[in-house]
Amino acid sequence: MIYRRIFGVPGWETKNPFSELENMRRQVDRLYQGLFNPNARPGAGVFPLVNLTESKDRFTIRAELPGVGSEELDIQATANTLSLGGERKIPAEDSEAKYHRRERESGRFSRVISLPGEINPDKVEASLVNGILTIVVSKAEASKPRQISVR
Amino acid sequence: MTDSKEIKVKEKQEVTTPAEQTIPGLVFTPEVDIFETDRAITLLADIPGVKPEKLNIDLRDNILTITGDVDRLQTADEELLVMEYETGRYYRQFTLSEVIDQTKIDAKLNLGVLRLSLPKVAKAAPRKIAITAG
Repeated sequence: MIYRRIFGVPGWETKNPFSELENMRRQVDRLYQGLFNPNARPGAGVFPLVNLTESKDRFTIRAELPGVGSEELDIQATANTLSLGGERKIPAEDSEAKYHRRERESGRFSRVISLPGEINPDKVEASLVNGILTIVVSKAEASKPRQISVR
Repeated sequence: MTDSKEIKVKEKQEVTTPAEQTIPGLVFTPEVDIFETDRAITLLADIPGVKPEKLNIDLRDNILTITGDVDRLQTADEELLVMEYETGRYYRQFTLSEVIDQTKIDAKLNLGVLRLSLPKVAKAAPRKIAITAG
């Protein structure tokens, strides 16, 4: 139930057990769609959209943030969450410029991402390359897989 | 209707990508801002993940084509847990009705945003024809 942990919203708990099940089913459906149907757009609804991957000793979070500079980003980590906030500014152009299209959006954003395991908040590295933000967080020692040798 | 729009959008068609593009994958339409002054048309496009060498801008027969390929960042040891966005090629075409000075086109790519400046040729500037009463 990684999906639920990441997108769990306050007020998720409902009194009707059937609606809880129905909710869960929908979330699982969306998770499967997102993973196996390349055309599916799981609508997380919160900017920026992120991709989360896990490897043995770290989690990697990636987000598309074109036009956002590192000084406009605010990243904070706790034991199992990562908060990502900032502002996308689109500087004003020439006052005599006449706009034909204005599709790019500007504004503030803020998002809290719950990680599916304990992390080490002191070992978080973020980089911004070609408009892609990559945050690599090291897992806490306790949540790293351990090799058990059989005697 | 004194101000006619200089750029008309030609939306990407799902299947009919140019024949030279052979790599299979998803194709996306980047979001753009387009504005115009007396001297130039400027286009800003959000193409996160495209390296400068993977960006292709082509202008021929008044058709401007922007193509950008995105490298896969996920490494082999990473297991995908959540995917909220997908990556693929960016592709978009515009028809330019104004005559552009092709020698002065300037493209900059910064923080995943393309800024393309298309200066108009000098003779495209409006000329007033004086009429003398005969």
